[in-house]
Amino acid sequence: MANVDTASMTPRPTRGVESNQDRLVRIQKGLRRRRAAETRFRAYGAGAVLLAVGFVVFLFGSILMQGIPAFWQPAADLKVTFDPTLIKVDPKPVQQDGQSPAEFRRATLDWERAVTMVNWNRVIENAVREAAPNVEFTPKDVQAFVSPNQRFVLRDMFVRDPGLLGQTVDVELLLSANVDNWLKGNIERSLADDRQQLSPGVRSLADTLYADGTVRMIFSYVLFTNPDSRAAPAEAGLLGAFIGSLYMMLIVILLAVPIGVAAAIYLEEFAPKNKITDLIEVNINNLAAVPSIVFGLLGAAVFIGYFRLPLSAPLVGGLVLVLMTLPTIIIATRSALKAVSPSIRQAALGLGASKTQMVFHHVLPITYPGIMTATIIGVAQAIGETAPLLLIGMNAFVATLPATPLDQSTALPVQIFLWQGNENRNFFEPRTAAAIIILLAVMLILNAAAIYLRSRFERRQ
Amino acid sequence: MNSLIVVVFLLVLLSVGYQVGLTRGRAVATTAQRTMHSRPNYHGLMVALWCAIPAVVVLLAWALFSNSLALGNAQSFLPPELVNGDPAALRETMRRVEQIASGFGVVGDAQPYEVAAGEALRSFRTTSFWAMMVAAALLGLLGLLLMARRIAPRLRARNEFEGAVRLLLIACSAVAILTTVGIVASLLSEAMRFFTLVSPIEFFFGTVWNPGFTTTGEAGGQYGLLPLLWGTIMVSAIAMAVAIPVGLLSAIYMAEYADPRVRAVAKPIIEILAGIPSVIYGVFALITLGPLLSDLGALFGLQIRATSALTAGIAMGLMIVPFVSSLSDDIITQVPRAMRDGSLGIGATKSETIRKVVLPAALPGIVGAFMLAISKAFGETMIVVLAAGNAPILRANPFDAISTVTVSIVNQLTGDTNFASPQALVAFALGLTLFVMTLILNVIALYVVRKYREQYE
Repeated sequence: MANVDTASMTPRPTRGVESNQDRLVRIQKGLRRRRAAETRFRAYGAGAVLLAVGFVVFLFGSILMQGIPAFWQPAADLKVTFDPTLIKVDPKPVQQDGQSPAEFRRATLDWERAVTMVNWNRVIENAVREAAPNVEFTPKDVQAFVSPNQRFVLRDMFVRDPGLLGQTVDVELLLSANVDNWLKGNIERSLADDRQQLSPGVRSLADTLYADGTVRMIFSYVLFTNPDSRAAPAEAGLLGAFIGSLYMMLIVILLAVPIGVAAAIYLEEFAPKNKITDLIEVNINNLAAVPSIVFGLLGAAVFIGYFRLPLSAPLVGGLVLVLMTLPTIIIATRSALKAVSPSIRQAALGLGASKTQMVFHHVLPITYPGIMTATIIGVAQAIGETAPLLLIGMNAFVATLPATPLDQSTALPVQIFLWQGNENRNFFEPRTAAAIIILLAVMLILNAAAIYLRSRFERRQ
Repeated sequence: MNSLIVVVFLLVLLSVGYQVGLTRGRAVATTAQRTMHSRPNYHGLMVALWCAIPAVVVLLAWALFSNSLALGNAQSFLPPELVNGDPAALRETMRRVEQIASGFGVVGDAQPYEVAAGEALRSFRTTSFWAMMVAAALLGLLGLLLMARRIAPRLRARNEFEGAVRLLLIACSAVAILTTVGIVASLLSEAMRFFTLVSPIEFFFGTVWNPGFTTTGEAGGQYGLLPLLWGTIMVSAIAMAVAIPVGLLSAIYMAEYADPRVRAVAKPIIEILAGIPSVIYGVFALITLGPLLSDLGALFGLQIRATSALTAGIAMGLMIVPFVSSLSDDIITQVPRAMRDGSLGIGATKSETIRKVVLPAALPGIVGAFMLAISKAFGETMIVVLAAGNAPILRANPFDAISTVTVSIVNQLTGDTNFASPQALVAFALGLTLFVMTLILNVIALYVVRKYREQYE
């Protein structure tokens, strides 16, 4: 209060005689100045709010603008002939009498290997030639046109149904990442031939087939069904990273939530007020502000260096995230417990409940919505965290789906980090933005679920 | 598979224990001469607890020691010259043995001793697993019998059970302490190992950061902290220059001026920013903000690199805005109503009241909030990894690429298991520096904020 500038509010002591008129003018002038300052100050505040809100709009706008086109990618509807002159394999083995299961399995595997060795590129090439008879292109052009792993799509079709031999079927094959760039205009089309990534044959194939409708833009389902891929960027997806994130989320929910809630209950309801609990309290507040990368160092030194847990495993990532989110959950749960009115505690104790009964039967149920919010805050924080995961090797390239939390895996935010670093920027910049949209959608769903559950809990009480 | 069996086994044990205790408690209650101290379900819980504890102890022991025992047993099948010879060759052989044991088979012909060791490994694992299960079951049963015999009207089962619950709660609280201890211990021990290779003076006062590569296998390279520290401070300063005015002014506007309807819309929108993962800010800074700033700079004849301290700083500042604004909002609304009314009553305008009464009163709290924000900026990693350009050079131009402490931690330690080279160990020395810096800021800030809260409570 001492700082109040009295001069600007009270009339200055008059020097000599001042007519009432002069005084009025002076006061009005002062008032004008002060009102202008008021308006200015208010405008600064409104400006700051507008700036922040404008930035949110800009951020989301630019991510959506970049990401949404990546949800569509070109595919060609081709009539693929399973030509017997190209597919020269024995009929699929069937279990003979007296053949042991092991022998049968070996025979099947041998047959599948033979199927894999078939020149599927030629099969695709023939189909493309049929679709575009007037375009000049080389066999190499076809391999640059159709995404490289699509030959395994045909292989898998044939393995599932060997009866396809000699037949012609409609197949939708995904086109390569560079064709995607070309058709979406992400490559400068006017560049000279020697500076183009695609040969003239591929470019005319793409343009001709896109014009006659054989090539269409389809929804990029691979984003949701495939793991990452380097050989075939057009077929790279987020499923592996998603499963990795899911495992870590489960570990966080299974470990951090019970431990955090239990710790909060002890500190809030049972702990005696003394130096030790004070220390724990300060310690938890500090942990909440420790940079996440330090938790990564802890994970690298303790879980990987000391306990020799595997690198890149969602289990290790999950444990690191558990330690990281624990303080958040403890603090949020404590504030939920604090908000419970003391009369409930007194009523329970007064009717003869023990302290444990009072807490678990009467106080805790009231805080469920608060605990739910705490859980969601913690899980959302954990699911978006990247830096500590880099230190425990989760930035490895993993092209398989993790079957258990001990397998190699990445996580959604780490996959975003990896994709933004890919050399094929024209293709992966939109894909990165698409991955960001998916990550944000996951977080949005989590939060929406939290709000829904919370409102249901609150209504019941 | 095995873990599933263990889980099912424990659940069965628990429910059997509970049922036995419950029935026994009820039976005692009906025949007892006096009223029971505890209700039958507490007897059930006690029995279940005493069933589970010995079983869990056995399971934990098995999980900790069985693998090394099994490997030791398998090694006894290998020829002694291999076991005592080159560790790398032994590791390779043991890997092949593991593969034989897992049933996948190995590339090339397996030596007879390898096959024998593999078989031994596999059978040891199976036998030890089932032996452990039987032991756990027997011990659980023993606990069950002993506990069930204790059930009597006088048994204070509820108190005993509640004591166990309280112990569990204490153990959970201790996890937080253990985490801190773990952080300090691991950072300190690895950093000490680093300081045996590189002198602390060279590290803390060196002006050149050029760690070289692990593959050269020598301590060669220069580990000067100063360029990185300078980068961290520069980026954080830029971030604060963005976050403090925007955050504080928007908090003031929200708390003092905004219409409740505007507040109800704008506040959650700004808080969305706090929930966005930092890697997204990083990608945004790299792809959108950096080129934009670079073009803007070109308009004014300034050379701004797309990835620079400025790009990273602005993105980080925007990330911290909601942090500053929500903390300041809390603190401003805590200033007592009477102080505002007093000021307004003697004729001050609203902005004069805010600038000359509310803000000075809230100053300690706001300073605390700023310190927390600075500590957040120091520790931020992904934005600087992506958008700061990674150039660990001591220079003052914010339009140029820089590197920070956190960036170097990530660069030096991405999925390394062998913490022996100074190139990897330096990450822990950097981590320790970062931890101490943020700890000091946090402790002071939390103290200030707490004192401030107490003042007006």
